Amino acid sequence: MSKFLLAIAVAVATFALAPARAATTITLATFPDLDRAARAALPRWHALHPDIDVRIVSLQYADHHNAMTTALATGSGLPDVMAVDFKFIGKFVGSGGFEDLYQPPYGAGALRDAFVPYTLAQATNAKGELGALPADIGPGTLLYRADLVAKAGLVEADFTRDWESFIAAGIRLKKATGACILASSTDIVDIVIRSGLPPGQGIYFDRDGKVLVDAPRFVRAFELGRRAHQAGIDAGTTMWTNEWVAGFRSDRIAGQMMGAWLAGHLKNWLAPATAGKWRSAPLPGGLFASYGGSFYAIPKHAQHKAEAWQFVRFMAADRQTQLDALVQFGNFPALLAAQQDPVVDQPVAFLGGQRAGVLWRDTAARVPAIPVDKYDSMATDAVRAEYQNVIARGKDIHEALADAKWLIEHRARR
Amino acid sequence: MINPDSTLARADAPTAARASASRVRWRKLARRLAPYAFIAPFFVLFTVFGLFPLLFSIWLSLHQWDAASGLAAMHWVGLENYKYAITDPWFAKSLLNTLWFAVASGVPQHLVALPLAFFIHMSLKRGRNFVVGAYFVPYVTSSVAIALIFTTLFSKDFGVINAIIPGPPIDWLGDSFWARPAIALVVFWRYLGWNVVLYLSALQVISGDLYEAATLDGASRWQQFRYVALPLLKPMMFFAITLTLIGNLQLFEEPFILIPPDSGVATDVMTTAMFMYRMAFSDGDFGTASAVSWLLFFLIAALAYGNGKLFGKEGAADVAR
Repeated sequence: MSKFLLAIAVAVATFALAPARAATTITLATFPDLDRAARAALPRWHALHPDIDVRIVSLQYADHHNAMTTALATGSGLPDVMAVDFKFIGKFVGSGGFEDLYQPPYGAGALRDAFVPYTLAQATNAKGELGALPADIGPGTLLYRADLVAKAGLVEADFTRDWESFIAAGIRLKKATGACILASSTDIVDIVIRSGLPPGQGIYFDRDGKVLVDAPRFVRAFELGRRAHQAGIDAGTTMWTNEWVAGFRSDRIAGQMMGAWLAGHLKNWLAPATAGKWRSAPLPGGLFASYGGSFYAIPKHAQHKAEAWQFVRFMAADRQTQLDALVQFGNFPALLAAQQDPVVDQPVAFLGGQRAGVLWRDTAARVPAIPVDKYDSMATDAVRAEYQNVIARGKDIHEALADAKWLIEHRARR
Repeated sequence: MINPDSTLARADAPTAARASASRVRWRKLARRLAPYAFIAPFFVLFTVFGLFPLLFSIWLSLHQWDAASGLAAMHWVGLENYKYAITDPWFAKSLLNTLWFAVASGVPQHLVALPLAFFIHMSLKRGRNFVVGAYFVPYVTSSVAIALIFTTLFSKDFGVINAIIPGPPIDWLGDSFWARPAIALVVFWRYLGWNVVLYLSALQVISGDLYEAATLDGASRWQQFRYVALPLLKPMMFFAITLTLIGNLQLFEEPFILIPPDSGVATDVMTTAMFMYRMAFSDGDFGTASAVSWLLFFLIAALAYGNGKLFGKEGAADVAR
């Protein structure tokens, strides 16, 4: 019997080791649309590293992050390289399941100045470990319909000067064209809560983990959101729903504050027929913020860490890969060297020939490095739910924020 | 390679006898073991995918565990997760939402399914299977297809439902007030056919003589339904209502697919099962999520017990038989 087992063990070992000797295969777990950038980069990768093959496993956005959560939990089934969306990076990096890229043999410290500063802060946990390298970022911008704004006799500055002016211009736009400058008044709340943050302070938590949800910036954000909602300048749609898409196509939604990458989505599938009518403006009130972004990490239990690191550097820190992703898919690079490329200065046809890349690069350089917390997404949910109570049920703003604060403190008790 | 002839040639008589005896014993053993081998696949699969997760979730509910940190990060907190879940306002809110859905979509299901099944049973002959099939289709339709169709139907500006209803357009899936009724309607639509099929199967075993006797006594169709069919359907009603109770209290799919999680109304339609999912996969607190699932289990068990009491002993006993 034991001989039999031994024979099986030998057979399995031979089978498993044989291909490894010829070429190493590393696994990349990723999700759409990010997987397209990796697929497109593979031919160049193979030319540079003929001995390392890459197997791409792509699951839908939510499935991917759920699968990675369970893989990190059990320490099995982990890929060599894991793509992580901005929304999950704080939680994943905070849990300590990734290699610290500042440590040898990685030495990502040398790349510290290669990326837009705030992205590295997003991928760094409380212990100061760097869990991932940023691939693309979303410099925040107000995308708006220049044709509708002109029809209402308005100019870009009417929307960007400050929030009072934004709401007033929104009312005039609605009256003149019937179009809303906002898809949802939550968009204002999401952005105003980031204004006036002292350096080193998070959006919801300060350095010591104290909950900041009753700060004046939250009160102001709720007040502005409620005013916009009551003025009827929001279309009342949630992002990525049919209503939202239809709103762009039928000229009902004339603006959206979002990462620069939304221009690519508008062009490719959201509203291709509106090409040339959109423009990109800075966010109102002189704010600089980022929306989304993606990262590549190496799990602690990865099989081929050396090869994985080569691949992560190829995807995140290689100028050509980053430029290809920008040109083909509109992924704005986190890598400064790629941002300096003349390609970024080219006019964007979809934005009526505007040289929007210059604005986005400038925005990216000025986005403050806001520390992330692993409870950020939970806090976002709690604040959103209370905001809904304010606009749908007329709840008092201070009471709503006090309730949100209590809930976040309760949840983050550990 | 051993030559079989040479083995045979060397074997002497006592060894051969011993060999055949052991062969018989082996065959007997194999015959005794065979049934176990045949039923093993179920038990193996059940142990791996049913029993183990069940026991592990009890274990997990007594620990604090951020899953992304790995198994080693589990640490014992005893019943603290249960206390924590009960004091979380979203848990109470989710329970209220769940009970609301259970009543708003569950009660109409049975109020419509009972007379409908009776009507189909008594009045339809030729098109019967087609009609039953049509009512049953939603039950077997993929939830993705349901989400696509209903988000389109419920669309505020382009939906058919708003086109039919006069007055200003209603934001069915984006308004705190309307989102719950809209979802309850989908749940009702989806499970009505299932209950019709259950009641039809029970109606078919009721002897036709009883209706004939009732007709001779001058009973109308309504009286036949009320005084003949309904009392005899009691055991099936107990069974069907219990299933609805369990299903509705575990409601997850319909609100999950119809309302985007980022939407403002997401917490207005959050059922307990969704709260549990959120705890685990959004907040990364698998211990509390497990505790919530056990609290939900106790609630369902208590309500199912109450339902059994309500229907009396004979209702439950008939089903058991």
